[in-house]
Amino acid sequence: MTTRSYAAAKRTLSIGDKLLDVNWGLVLLITIIACAGFAMLYSVAGGSFHPWALPQIFRFLIGLALLIVIALVDIRVWMSVAYPAYGVALALLLATTIMGKVGGLGAQRWLELGPLQIQPSELMKISLVLALARYLHGQAVEDISKPLKLLIPVAMIGMPAVLVLMQPNLGTAMILCADGASLLFLAGLSWWWILPTIGAGVAAVPIAWRFMHDYQKQRVLTFLDPSSDALGAGWNISQAEIAVGSGGLAGKGYMQGTQSRLNFLPEKETDFIWTVLGEEFGFVGCIAMLLLFAVVIAYGIRIAMASRSQFGRLLATGITLNFFFYIMINAAMVMGLIPVVGIPMPLISYGGTAMLTVMVGFGLLMSVHVHRQVEIPRHSSGLM
Amino acid sequence: MPIFDRKDKSRYATFTRRTLMVTGGVNVVFAVLAGRLYQLQIVEGDEFMTRAEENRVSQRLVAPLRGRILDRFGVELASNRRNYRVLIVKEQAVDGVDAAVDAIGKLIYLSDHQREKVKRDIANNKPFAPVPVAENLSWDEFSRINLHLPYLPGIQPDVGETRAYPYGPELSHILGYVASVSQEDMRDDSDPLLSLPGFRIGKRGIEKEYEHQIRGKAGASRVEVNAYGRVIRELGRDPGTPGSDVYLTIDQQVQQFAAQRLGSESAACAVLDVTNGDVIALVSSPGYDPNAFNVGISQAEWTALTTNDHKPLINKVITGEYPPGSTFKPVIATGCMDNGLADLTVNCTGSMTLGNNVFHCWSWKKGGHGHVDLKRGIAVSCDIFFYEAARRLGIDKIHDTALAMGMGAKTGIELPGERPGLIPSRAWKLHRFGVPWQQGETLNTGIGQGYVTTTPIQLATLAARLASGNAVVPRITRYVGHAEQPRPTLNRLPFSDKALAAVQEGMNMVTNVPGGTAYAWRITQPGFEMAGKTGTAQVRRITREDRATGRVGNAGLPWRLREHALFIAYAPVQMPRYALSIIQEHGATVEHTHVQMARDILLFAQQRDPVKLRNAYPVNAAQNAVVRG
Repeated sequence: MTTRSYAAAKRTLSIGDKLLDVNWGLVLLITIIACAGFAMLYSVAGGSFHPWALPQIFRFLIGLALLIVIALVDIRVWMSVAYPAYGVALALLLATTIMGKVGGLGAQRWLELGPLQIQPSELMKISLVLALARYLHGQAVEDISKPLKLLIPVAMIGMPAVLVLMQPNLGTAMILCADGASLLFLAGLSWWWILPTIGAGVAAVPIAWRFMHDYQKQRVLTFLDPSSDALGAGWNISQAEIAVGSGGLAGKGYMQGTQSRLNFLPEKETDFIWTVLGEEFGFVGCIAMLLLFAVVIAYGIRIAMASRSQFGRLLATGITLNFFFYIMINAAMVMGLIPVVGIPMPLISYGGTAMLTVMVGFGLLMSVHVHRQVEIPRHSSGLM
Repeated sequence: MPIFDRKDKSRYATFTRRTLMVTGGVNVVFAVLAGRLYQLQIVEGDEFMTRAEENRVSQRLVAPLRGRILDRFGVELASNRRNYRVLIVKEQAVDGVDAAVDAIGKLIYLSDHQREKVKRDIANNKPFAPVPVAENLSWDEFSRINLHLPYLPGIQPDVGETRAYPYGPELSHILGYVASVSQEDMRDDSDPLLSLPGFRIGKRGIEKEYEHQIRGKAGASRVEVNAYGRVIRELGRDPGTPGSDVYLTIDQQVQQFAAQRLGSESAACAVLDVTNGDVIALVSSPGYDPNAFNVGISQAEWTALTTNDHKPLINKVITGEYPPGSTFKPVIATGCMDNGLADLTVNCTGSMTLGNNVFHCWSWKKGGHGHVDLKRGIAVSCDIFFYEAARRLGIDKIHDTALAMGMGAKTGIELPGERPGLIPSRAWKLHRFGVPWQQGETLNTGIGQGYVTTTPIQLATLAARLASGNAVVPRITRYVGHAEQPRPTLNRLPFSDKALAAVQEGMNMVTNVPGGTAYAWRITQPGFEMAGKTGTAQVRRITREDRATGRVGNAGLPWRLREHALFIAYAPVQMPRYALSIIQEHGATVEHTHVQMARDILLFAQQRDPVKLRNAYPVNAAQNAVVRG
């Protein structure tokens, strides 16, 4: 395959060839992780497919189909839809935020389009990675760090991040910034930008504090000293730690988690599902799950390295790191390492939009893999 | 390939280098997460395990089974019976609590009082806590609820334990009752059982006296609770130690007969076994229904009980302090016999003078009793004889004799609230009023009036001591659990046999010799004859004007001002077995109804086969308990 020419790669790959070329090992891995998630949802429902496990399986199957379809579509098609997708996502995000403000409903993360409920911030995670990958694909390493050239990607990251922050959704805003920053870093942003930015970021913490919502401040304060509010906001953190900690080495056994079964855990089927895993399968189960996640990430990095286009590489790493950031933030938050922000554990937490976002992301990753031989000129807009 | 330039090659190198850095960062993050897992689950795992258990497991007290109270033959006087009740759980009552209560109200009767209580309890409890709607339902009512259960969401039928007093009012003053725990009870007793919802403790009588033995030891139930405190399941149970059964000396049959015989009169009666002091019957009339207190007495019922002028809540046998009247005369007579006045003879003309005061005999209208000696003095209850006897004997000798007869101090019967009564003395009066004793007061004491007060249980003790010559002490419990209750040794009274024989003969003449004050109401069945002494106690002073107008009889007076009628007796005369005292408040009549009651009760007691009775203690209480356990 490595000898296949650009022209051959472009012209001769049939649907059948592409299907054979899908990295089925990665698909299997994803499926294994998702199945572990179903098992956890079955457990927290007290040994029932209702109300969580069954819809989750259904969504995963849809996501799996989506993944395959997306994988088969040429990477240059994705490149050409990158900007329009970003535009649509930004518009929806704007609409959601405005409706949220106008409607006076407070936190507004959902957009109702007829029967569909869309969470534009999730859409944005994929779109931002796509758009940034496309933009950075067109830039030479030397150009990226030029202030004017840098303004565009920073704006691309900043606009949605601010909108999401206004919803307010600190967790997703953090992930958007992390996604964008890591892509800029990978594209070769000068250390002269990176180090001062980190310094400024640290210096800005006290200023950011002033602009934070009370509930966000409370989360931080509670995080720093959970016992200060042991029955209020600190309750969630304490109970989550008790759940994970009480699992010990080998866990209490499947469906034997008292913390989850007796409702001591908050949001046990969504954001805090990791604690159920920790309680029922213990250290062994958690480490095994972390290893599975690590292997998925390793797959993603390898796919990125193997791609012959800068767009493909950036897209693959962007998607992979987005997946990683979910895991990092969720696991760290439920284990009391960082304040509580509403970020689910990918593939495991109950939730439709998150599941579909993750699967679409893996679809794009797979597309990069399938089309790894495709070389795209720097100034190409991606269209075939 | 022309479309790729060198710049692309260099940025691929940059990408690769930086990807490796990022991968390194990812590894560091995973290492940190793994480290945190290690810290939580391996290093602190045991501590978190403990905290999860503390979250999960809650200890709930389990009320032990309350000990029973039985009579001397093992008849259950207080027991536990099944309490069929209906509970409501707010969160399960999908149509609302009011609708559910209304639905029950169509099946069984619910008073407004009950409905109000349900509302109050619902408001004070968590939504998943069952609240009782109705208790102590009949099987019929309970079945009706169960039949309709599918249409009654939120309603739970339940079977609990409740205290039952099958004989109701007739034993109320012995047994007392159990009722809800009050704040004061909690303060005096640290047993955590008291804070159990619905727990009942003894408030009066034996239930109170032996509360700690009857209550038993709390059990515990380890239950799993969820984050909201709802019990999910029971993990283990220690039923606790059931309370001890208490065996009384009471003979339920005699008790019942006596209670029925006293009827609705305001009266008190005690029957003792003279050979050992066992209380065979102890009736204070009227009684109350102890079951009512257990269920929860209404304000109206409570008011009715407390305002009743017959005082149904008072155990008159041990707390009623009455002037003994002429029943005190045998005490004076005993004192005379042993203090050189055995041959005292007085000429009764109906009255006598001491200083400026004239003292009358009850027979003053008929011109007195004429020549009266000690025995005849008792038989006809001549006041003049005993005025003179008391005057000669002196108050301090009277005091000592009365104390030796068991008066002036608590008998120590195992019931709460006993009063000591009062036997006056010179020292007492000086201490109490700061003025010296007057001789006229000695005369009054001689006929059981003035300062002297005694309780009916003391009078029964007096009768038993006169009959046996032993210092009989009344006792009402025989066994508590397996432990036989200690019983004071029977000491001989400090009186000569001659003295006792003379007084016994006088008391025999009261009932069995024509002319005796109670001859008309004697026991005529051979072998069952009783000896006794009548008495009346004034509750108001008889004035000179009363004597002038002849308004001395009781019939013309309002009930409250009539004299108390008293009687002490023992039987059978030849070989005394039972002693009795009876007082009928404001009950002095020419028919001597109280003597008739005493006669019937003593006869009934004797006919319960004395031979069998003597050896009839619960065929061995200990054995019984084991069989039952």
